[in-house]
Amino acid sequence: MQKRLANWGNFPTVASEESAFTQEDQLRNFVETNTRLIARGNGRCYGDASLGQHSISMLRYDKFLSFDPENGILETQAGVTLDQILDIIVPKGWFLPVTPGTKFITVGGAVASDVHGKNHHVDGAFSGHIIDMDVIIGSGVTTTCSQTLLPDLFWATCGGMGLTGVITRVKFHLKKIETAYIRQKQIKAKNLEEVIRLFEEYKHYTYSMAWIDCLQKGDSFGRSILIVGEHATPEELSSAQQAAPLTLPAKRKLSVPFNLPSFVLNTFTVKAFNWLYYGKNFKREISNVVPYEPFFYPLDAILHWNRGYGKAGFVQYQFVLPLEKKDGLVAILKRISEKGWGSFLAVLKVFGNQDSLISFPMEGYTLALDFPVRKGLFPFLDELDEIVLQYGGRLYLSKDARMKQEIFWKSYPNANRFAEIVQTYNTSQRFASLQSDRLLLTK
Amino acid sequence: MPTILFLGAGSDMAVAMARKYAAQQYDIQLAARHAAALIPLQQDLIIRYGVNVTVHTFDATACDTHAAFFNALPVQPDITVCAFGYLGDQEQAQQHWQEAAAIIHTNYTGAVSILNVVAENYEARKTGTIIGISSVAGERGRQSNYIYGSAKAGFTAYLSGLRNRLFRSGVHVMSVQPGFVNTRMTQHLNLPPLLTASPEAVAAAVYKAGKRRKNSIYVKWHWKYIMLIIKLIPEGIFKKLKL
Repeated sequence: MQKRLANWGNFPTVASEESAFTQEDQLRNFVETNTRLIARGNGRCYGDASLGQHSISMLRYDKFLSFDPENGILETQAGVTLDQILDIIVPKGWFLPVTPGTKFITVGGAVASDVHGKNHHVDGAFSGHIIDMDVIIGSGVTTTCSQTLLPDLFWATCGGMGLTGVITRVKFHLKKIETAYIRQKQIKAKNLEEVIRLFEEYKHYTYSMAWIDCLQKGDSFGRSILIVGEHATPEELSSAQQAAPLTLPAKRKLSVPFNLPSFVLNTFTVKAFNWLYYGKNFKREISNVVPYEPFFYPLDAILHWNRGYGKAGFVQYQFVLPLEKKDGLVAILKRISEKGWGSFLAVLKVFGNQDSLISFPMEGYTLALDFPVRKGLFPFLDELDEIVLQYGGRLYLSKDARMKQEIFWKSYPNANRFAEIVQTYNTSQRFASLQSDRLLLTK
Repeated sequence: MPTILFLGAGSDMAVAMARKYAAQQYDIQLAARHAAALIPLQQDLIIRYGVNVTVHTFDATACDTHAAFFNALPVQPDITVCAFGYLGDQEQAQQHWQEAAAIIHTNYTGAVSILNVVAENYEARKTGTIIGISSVAGERGRQSNYIYGSAKAGFTAYLSGLRNRLFRSGVHVMSVQPGFVNTRMTQHLNLPPLLTASPEAVAAAVYKAGKRRKNSIYVKWHWKYIMLIIKLIPEGIFKKLKL
């Protein structure tokens, strides 16, 4: 059926023929007899990576296939979402090895974006925890791959944005936990210098990230709150929590029911929000034990928060710069604070080292911020792209909706090798998205 | 724990219903033509809900196998859900008997055949519930799908007769007219969102109505009034409409 589809940024919106499958033979048959296909999960990548002429909805391809609660190994079809997984594994004492800031993504999407979390500097990206997976490649054949079995297909599929084929099954390791709670510490940093120092000081924490206020100038330039955490042990819980350490208290869900007018989020309101957010921590340091949900998924508590940016949608801009290129971070933050277009939420994190073919993370600083779509935004982002490139950084394809193709080819060092592998498996260019066309990976 | 049998367990609606009942700790029996294709669903239900799940081969159109199929089940199910169906292609069915026969035999003959077996069993045991997934298409014949519609009309009438017969034995029969549902069977159709239910909504409605021993339900309340209006249109006018 022809549908108007958009991902989480509500930009761009396109007409797409969507088909859904529950059986592998039907899916294989569909792949064999169609072209210009792209698999799509829950539509939580921000840009145009899972948009195309024909989208294959994987949301009904959502069966748990095996779960070994002794050794923490889970095998699911690609359309299972992380929130469904957490519901099953947390009560059994297991957690996701890596999780992004939303649990409403599919396992297939987690692989295609090779998602990272607050623990990247310790545990790496999602790909590092995969045992093996199945991909329906361009020939229509279901092909199993792993780090040792067809490693070229494996590495081009992790972070490969669906261009090697349709991921159908993933088997991966889970992480052992004793409680469903996180012992967290929040530390205020007066400026960018201080938060970078704090990241170094707290790097032994498994989870870390900082919320950063992009609109401050002068002494407070880059003021932040660093948030670090560890899975709590039973002894660290209150007696009420200890009664059921692996169960979370039930919570009500909030939702933004419709697109807010775009004037709601402007420099003034963003400043006010940031002021409140920063000011709510009176003390420099706060330590407490919280359920895992607000720690990992603060925004999931507000369903459809993306509607806050209005009908025109928004772009999330996420880049990474090498560790030694701190001045690049300063340069970019300066440009943003001068422009005054800063976003509601900007998140800073230090990545650890990662060997991969096409995945986004590399050792260094990553910053993610939202920009509502408006006149002049894209030329401005093009300017930022140039700075990112100049300092040897790159942009996250899962967030991207507008990068120029030359930026991609220049900033991803393995782009050529990736394109070659895609050509091998994506025979007759069966898989293509708006993003792959834009970046000239297909067409 | 009570056990529920799904006939035509591969359909999106059956999957959603199986999850709904499994979440309420029912043991599940899944039956469809290709039992092997049900194994992912079987694993899924076991992992998610920790209930017992078995899979069985069942061909709705192979009527002579139905009694043997039912008697071979490891446990006699407390609830039987007849969820198989075949929409077919109306134009094909007008021109080729094979297609018409497939529609009639799947939606009507096959359903009567297996439910006859189930009904005898439940009547003798004086317990059990039968849930039949019929269709609003069975309430008045329209040119666009009257072969499917007439088979479902037959099925709806069968279910109401069965309900009447089994009432005295304490066996409950419920008919479900889901209206438009977002499934693979309908994904090529342009359905009005307001009138279209998700398989999960169907499952929730069936579970709730089954608990309350309702006789016949629509999933979305609008359908009750839409069908009332459609049934009230005089035939002289109705025949001129393009429906």
